[in-house]
Amino acid sequence: MDSPALDRRTFVLGAAAVVAIAPVLGGEASAQSAPPAWQEALKRIVGDAQPATDGRLTFDLPEIAENGNMVPFTIGVDSPMTEKEHVKAIHVIATANPQPNVATFRFTLLSGKASASSRLRLAQTQDVIGLAELNDGRFLMIRRPVKVTIGGCGG
Amino acid sequence: MTRPRVRLPERAKVGDVIEVRTVITHVMETGQRRDGGGQPIPRDIINSFTATFAGTEVFKAELFPGISANPYLAFYMRVPGPGEFEFTWTDDRGAKVAEKQKLNVV
Repeated sequence: MDSPALDRRTFVLGAAAVVAIAPVLGGEASAQSAPPAWQEALKRIVGDAQPATDGRLTFDLPEIAENGNMVPFTIGVDSPMTEKEHVKAIHVIATANPQPNVATFRFTLLSGKASASSRLRLAQTQDVIGLAELNDGRFLMIRRPVKVTIGGCGG
Repeated sequence: MTRPRVRLPERAKVGDVIEVRTVITHVMETGQRRDGGGQPIPRDIINSFTATFAGTEVFKAELFPGISANPYLAFYMRVPGPGEFEFTWTDDRGAKVAEKQKLNVV
């Protein structure tokens, strides 16, 4: 394990994450007293960590989903998946679904590649968040807007 | 919860990173809907999926109501040697479906 001292890379990533996440989290939370459910879901995953948005986490999903009941996606991190450097888990959160958690994928050293595909439901047009949990305790985050023509989730 | 289907490559070499694709039939009832009489329809989803190879865990997924009906899951494995996959799906009622499939390692 490396020393906990703040090396340049960590600092740059951390600073970028603060800049990226502050307007996102601050803007919507201040509009109402209780934070939205997706922020709670995000907080349960990352705790006090500041996720980095450095582009290593990629999230393929359509920009426009005609059917919100079935939106295909692939999410992954370019990682060697070795003992020293690997991705432990990837989480998906749909910010405007009544229940924002979508899935958690847990990888192992046998995975070889930190990538998974599935299909998700979107109740309406919204942003979908991907979060990758690295073995060194850091998080990566990506946020993708999806326009939904016919919403999923029923109701 | 029926008819699990799994697709593996026809053959693989040790060290290859292969894609594993799975799908199973399940309503994935979200718990948000109401029936014709206005009564809530209870949540009933597959909440977990596990894949092991030769007894070692490869990949696991925790699923929530945001996953579509008939959940499709694809993931990867670096082939450690010959062996057999075992896939397990578990739903809210505790029902489990297991499927085994041998990987043709050449």
